[in-house]
Amino acid sequence: MMVRTIITTIGLGLGLTLYSASAHAEWTVNLTPGVTDVSRSVFDLHMTIFWICVAIALVVFGVMFWSIFHHRKSRGAQAHNFHENTLVEVIWTIIPLLILVGMAVPATATLVKMYDPSEAELDVQITGYQWKWRYDYLDHDLNFFSNLSTPREQISNEAEKQEHYLLEVDRHLVLPVGTKIRFLLTSNDVIHSWWVPALAVKKDAIPGFINEAWTIIDEPGIYRGQCAELCGKDHGFMPVVIEAVSQDDFKQWLVDAQAEKQSQAAAAERTWTLDELMQQGEQVYLRACAACHLPTGEGVPGAFPALKGSPVATGDVAGHIDIVLNGKSGTAMQAFRDQLSATELAAVITYERNAWGNSLGEAVSPAQIMRLLEPSTGEAEQ
Amino acid sequence: MSTQADNWRLVRRLILSCVLMFGFGFALVPLYDVFCEVTGLNGKITKTGPVALEGPDLSRQIKVRLIAVHNEGMPWEFGPIDGLIETHPGEMKQTAFHAANPTGRRMVAQAIPSVAPAEAAEYLHKVNCFCFEQQVLLAGESVEMPLLFVIDKQLPEHIRSLTLSYTLFDISPEVSVAEQAEKEQTL
Amino acid sequence: MSTLDTTLHAAEHEHHGPAKGVGRWLFTTNHKDIGSLYLWFSLLMFFIGGCMALMIRAELFQPGLQLVDPGFFNQMTTMHGLIMVFGAVMPAFVGLANWMVPMMIGAPDMALPRMNNWSFWILPFAFAMLVSTLFMDGGAPNFGWTFYAPLSTTYAPPSVTYFIFAVHMMGISSIMGAINIIATILNLRAPGMTMMKLPLFCWTWLITAFLLIAVMPVLAGVVTMMLMDIHFGTSFFNAAGGGDPVLFQHVFWFFGHPEVYIMILPAFGIVSQIIPTFARKRLFGYASMVYATASIAILSFLVWAHHMFTVGIPLAGELFFMFATMLIAVPTGVKVFNWVATMFRGSMTFETPMLFALAFVVLFTIGGFSGLMLAIAPVDFQYHDTYFVVAHFHYVLVPGAVFAIMAGAYYWLPKWTGHMLDERMGKLHFWLSFIGVNITFFPMHFIGLAGMPRRIPDYALQFADFNMVASIGAFIFGLSQLIFLWNVIACVRGGQKAEARAWEGAEGLEWEVPSPAPYHTFVEPPKLPESLR
Repeated sequence: MMVRTIITTIGLGLGLTLYSASAHAEWTVNLTPGVTDVSRSVFDLHMTIFWICVAIALVVFGVMFWSIFHHRKSRGAQAHNFHENTLVEVIWTIIPLLILVGMAVPATATLVKMYDPSEAELDVQITGYQWKWRYDYLDHDLNFFSNLSTPREQISNEAEKQEHYLLEVDRHLVLPVGTKIRFLLTSNDVIHSWWVPALAVKKDAIPGFINEAWTIIDEPGIYRGQCAELCGKDHGFMPVVIEAVSQDDFKQWLVDAQAEKQSQAAAAERTWTLDELMQQGEQVYLRACAACHLPTGEGVPGAFPALKGSPVATGDVAGHIDIVLNGKSGTAMQAFRDQLSATELAAVITYERNAWGNSLGEAVSPAQIMRLLEPSTGEAEQ
Repeated sequence: MSTQADNWRLVRRLILSCVLMFGFGFALVPLYDVFCEVTGLNGKITKTGPVALEGPDLSRQIKVRLIAVHNEGMPWEFGPIDGLIETHPGEMKQTAFHAANPTGRRMVAQAIPSVAPAEAAEYLHKVNCFCFEQQVLLAGESVEMPLLFVIDKQLPEHIRSLTLSYTLFDISPEVSVAEQAEKEQTL
Repeated sequence: MSTLDTTLHAAEHEHHGPAKGVGRWLFTTNHKDIGSLYLWFSLLMFFIGGCMALMIRAELFQPGLQLVDPGFFNQMTTMHGLIMVFGAVMPAFVGLANWMVPMMIGAPDMALPRMNNWSFWILPFAFAMLVSTLFMDGGAPNFGWTFYAPLSTTYAPPSVTYFIFAVHMMGISSIMGAINIIATILNLRAPGMTMMKLPLFCWTWLITAFLLIAVMPVLAGVVTMMLMDIHFGTSFFNAAGGGDPVLFQHVFWFFGHPEVYIMILPAFGIVSQIIPTFARKRLFGYASMVYATASIAILSFLVWAHHMFTVGIPLAGELFFMFATMLIAVPTGVKVFNWVATMFRGSMTFETPMLFALAFVVLFTIGGFSGLMLAIAPVDFQYHDTYFVVAHFHYVLVPGAVFAIMAGAYYWLPKWTGHMLDERMGKLHFWLSFIGVNITFFPMHFIGLAGMPRRIPDYALQFADFNMVASIGAFIFGLSQLIFLWNVIACVRGGQKAEARAWEGAEGLEWEVPSPAPYHTFVEPPKLPESLR
């Protein structure tokens, strides 16, 4: 009776699990083997340890359930009077010890492989921000931010969720395959953790400190990951997306990226109308500001100030520009001068001064911001 | 009654161990620094000040990458003059970081160094560094901040490149908007 | 002279029972009253923390944000962790110790009864303060129960100061409780009760109490450093002033890892009492159980950095902490083997306490296996901070610690109330809990391996199915705890009269006194029963 109940329970649990799993095509129940040599070693190690655990479990639970079944009072079992056996106790101390040594050998080998100090061909600096990643290609004078690109309507269930819900970003980290890449990780604010399961790389990004990790990607493709260390409100909304491409494509991508930088600078020079700025400003606002100040500009009392009707957004324009460009120390307000282009900065400031009933009617021009962004390089030479 | 006396003796000892463990919690701070120094954990640089040079080891070449990181709310322009430096162990290298304060207010900054890989930290010897002291820049001011370092010849063979990062923190004393306005008026 | 004094006192005590009204509970120095207070308090906290868990699981039922915003979600995960660890599990163990330790060793009361009163009555204030932060501007602590700096210092909501004082108060309460238990066990044992005759529950608690004395002050130290960083301009954990955020993690886990064993060692003790009773056979390998417990406690001080494999520790450090952690599997294995050997060739029956104890052995062992997997540093890079970790520690804490507490409660309820439990209701509670726990936490292994980080309010679509299953399981488990409440209340109010030896195979001094246990027991030191001589 007892055993039957146990079996039914386990069957029910398993059945439920399997049913729900088969209902969805892309269910995964295990680690990814990944696309690097290291990630495959990690996967093999994981499976080895797993099967050893399963084997031990079968033996231990086997004896236990056998006793539960056979040595029960209802079957007339009499209790035997033994409660010590030094030999048995020594044996079951030593056998697990040997099994552990057996596990430690491959584990140590894999760990040593992960700490391989050989020279990297490409250095990428990764900086964690609340709540986005910044990537610097250190040898190529190229850097950009990578923000979550899932529309807010999908998160708030007003639109249907797409395939890569919460695992998509506006700019991918493009990397060449077959190249040893070194990641240098640090943070702008709190501790983050940069994780891409397919590379088996997870490393903390710690403010004030620099951490190293490396990878060699074998196959081109798109690999997705997430921030793994609780970093505040939108910790769940700062994915990592890597686009691994062939080495030739990577060179071409570098050229294209430089060209795009030039054209952005050119765009800032032309004259923008208030409507154009408002339109772009809204997009930038939703991407960069709405996480804290909310799409309605109302903020979160006690944590993030409102912009709607605020003294900054309706007051002196220079003060407003200053706080957006340079941030506000001691608060969560970041300096956006490096994060957004001149045009985006102008657009978002214009938007904040003219949305939600803030109606100043004035536009901040991209050219004006441009001048503020590049003053001191000349002075430094003097 | 002896149990009572036993109790109090025991309780006194246990309370004393609590106090000691509370102290030990704080003692972990310097212990951790010692530990970091021995193991190079976290890439803290401990060797600073003048050094006796014995001539460079020309058989080995080390790539030193310099990177600049802004901490939150730090609007300064900040970066190395030279992002990648080739050097030999035992060779004195001079370089500099450029910084500029684009804001309309006086600001104080502190640069915090860190080395990767962490085990290289104890072999990076800084003779002179802008991180030794706080940097003060007036509104719109810019500066070139010197850095003079040597890599110890004892650097393990397998390390051929290392990274030295500086994170710039804003440590300007908090000034309220009202005070700022008042100051500007008196000026 | 003084001997005469105590006899007089004792005689006087024997005549008067508990005081009347609220005063009985406020001013009581009776270990049974204080034990009951602890247990009721922890049950209340269990339900409060449980409601928060259900709020978390309700939000995670489907992808997208439905019920709470991400900031509040973080407050829920933080408060759930803090309340369950410090409010539910630890006070429940102290409550059980208060009730049972003096009766098990033949002592009239705890060694320091007035301190005992104080150590309980601090707790309601500590938790009232902690829970009140939910209603403050900026919200409750939202940085996780591990409160890593600088998220918990520079970036914390203003309520963090209340959180720090609440932790200080809980710490003081735990330390006083621990001192009391050590003094009781070391000084008040009945004549002839040598250390190696102590019931295992007392042994595991004694070792736990030493762990508490060693690490709770370190926790107090780390929150004090936080307080100083936040309010007095020091830079222990602030890189800008020459501090180090990673130092926080080292100090925290120096407390945190022994803390994990504080929450499981007494559970080992409870299970080691229950299994022999219902197998009608003495515990196998008593001495090795004691040594295993002690070695687990010692090893717990050498493994803290396995919680921080990804912060960037040099190779030698990673290897040391990996090996030390793996080593813990040996004494833990010895314990499991001993329990199985106790059942082997016994004469088993399966009343509710035994069912919980058996479920403990199986499910705790599963949690142990995932713990072993997590110890392997290179693979931990993939598991760290994912739902695999969440599955692991819930397996050792819910069907581990919590099931052991429930097993203990069912086991000793007849002694406390004088009434036998309604077995049908007990079994119903067990099976619903057992099924619920596994449906909740088993799928978390899968979503963790598939790549879902912990502490996120919303997730990618490939994690949706298992999250839904887990949420359903959580509600089954959560609601079935109402049966537990009903069972306890029913047992207090009435039921079949319990005999002094409520369970057929039960051995030990606590079963020599009548059920319910009189207000004062063992005023005269008892003679040890046959089985203990």
